[in-house]
Amino acid sequence: MKRYFPIFTSQPDLVYLDSAATALKPKSVIDAMNDYYSNYSSNIHRGLYPIAEKASERYESARTTVADFLHANNDEIIFTHGATESINLLAYGFGREALQKGDEIVTTIMEHHANFVPWQQLAFELGLDLKIIDVDENLRLALYDKEGKIDISPVITKKTKLFCVSMASNVLGGENPIKEIIAQARRINPNIVVVVDAAQSVVHATVDVKDLDCDFLVFSGHKLYGPTGIGVLYGKKDLLGNMFPFLFGGDMVEDVEVDKTIFKAPPQRFEAGTPHIAGAIGLAEAIVFYKQHTHDHESRIMAIFKALISRLQTEFKDDMTLYFQTPLHTNTGVPLVVFTYNNVHAHDVAQILAQQNIAVRAGHHCAMPLQKRLGLNATTRISLGLYSDMGDIEKLVEGLHVIKKTFA
Amino acid sequence: MDIYQEIILDHYKHPRNFNKEIGKQDTVEVANHSCGDKVLMKVKLDKDSVTAVECFAEGCVISVASASIISEYAKGKSKKELLELDSGVIKTLFGVQLSPNRLKCALISLEALQRALQQYL
Repeated sequence: MKRYFPIFTSQPDLVYLDSAATALKPKSVIDAMNDYYSNYSSNIHRGLYPIAEKASERYESARTTVADFLHANNDEIIFTHGATESINLLAYGFGREALQKGDEIVTTIMEHHANFVPWQQLAFELGLDLKIIDVDENLRLALYDKEGKIDISPVITKKTKLFCVSMASNVLGGENPIKEIIAQARRINPNIVVVVDAAQSVVHATVDVKDLDCDFLVFSGHKLYGPTGIGVLYGKKDLLGNMFPFLFGGDMVEDVEVDKTIFKAPPQRFEAGTPHIAGAIGLAEAIVFYKQHTHDHESRIMAIFKALISRLQTEFKDDMTLYFQTPLHTNTGVPLVVFTYNNVHAHDVAQILAQQNIAVRAGHHCAMPLQKRLGLNATTRISLGLYSDMGDIEKLVEGLHVIKKTFA
Repeated sequence: MDIYQEIILDHYKHPRNFNKEIGKQDTVEVANHSCGDKVLMKVKLDKDSVTAVECFAEGCVISVASASIISEYAKGKSKKELLELDSGVIKTLFGVQLSPNRLKCALISLEALQRALQQYL
């Protein structure tokens, strides 16, 4: 797989184990973006000349690719800067319109800051009642009853207006049972609105918005082998139709008079200004690449992940504490593991590995509420991508032995 | 570039002037909440010179080593001279250039020292 990624030509010794932060880029994605910039870098939706038509067609075709990928309709897909902007767009365009003082909204302790801070700030601003679902002793969302069945009724009630939850945690790796959670939520409150952060999940699972029946869903292109600066907001058509615009300007207006403006229908209503055209084209190409390769390789990647866990648990069992929710008995879940190393700070672990050209992530992984809840300061995270192989794991384990020696 | 050289590891494993029971009196604490590094620093002055330093640090190698290294460096120096120090001194003291991320780990010790000195202005 590494042969599809140009970075391994310029950096053949790179052991990249930080795909959960961002994925490396396949040549086909880079080429598609260069093709736009070199051969038809026109603006979209405006010109009538051939390269303008081509650019517009490619941008809208990218929207179709994304829609098909999520099993959604074209007019339910909005291109944004990334998952973070998508969620802020929702907080602004949906939250401020639909919510008022005293309304109850729910999120979880395991959210990435992108799906936590906007809702927290909205709750402060509007005087909302923000409830936060905890994790249980198995590091899953605390939504299971005594028999181990999902029961969200203690947390989601008729009063809950909005529920924001990630499909998979970027710290713990396991997948949350979103479909079942949403089904139960709708039985409790048919009018509840559910926002799903699929930033990690789109890379490792099939995401079918109709099957999940979520109201909104977000993800970023750069984690899915696509370019930075592009992301997606999916929203049910009628909900988008009732939302106030987030950014104002060109392209999102039907008619502008001096004393009033009529906005376009979604999705254009939420795409003001010139978008990241190359980004959308690159994202579509990334989705094509992902679809071509993921089914061949998902089970390979999960097998590598299991081998990694086994090596860590065997060779470093007295040195490392592992935190992961990704099940080892199936092929689902995000292939990442977060750990602490006894008496060695995460920054030192990451630095010593970095000195051996091994890329891991140290810190709080934009999930401070979760890490604090687990009593952790900085932790180190290893995460796999399609290009990961057993050679990477060998080098990582050697690298960890260097840490053992340095701090012996 | 290996920052885990003998000198730095030595200061990390055998930190100078450390006192776990440093206490709160005249002690300044500086912490980096995102990673858990924490430095406590207390100085004794005679006229304008530093005669003694007590400190304590928890966290990564750089933060612990720099507390130790900076506490040794401060002894015998004037308040004025120490207050004029900036991040450039880190390179001098460590003998290596730290990356911007790790420089932050070292600077909390410098900040703790300077704030401890400022108590005596």
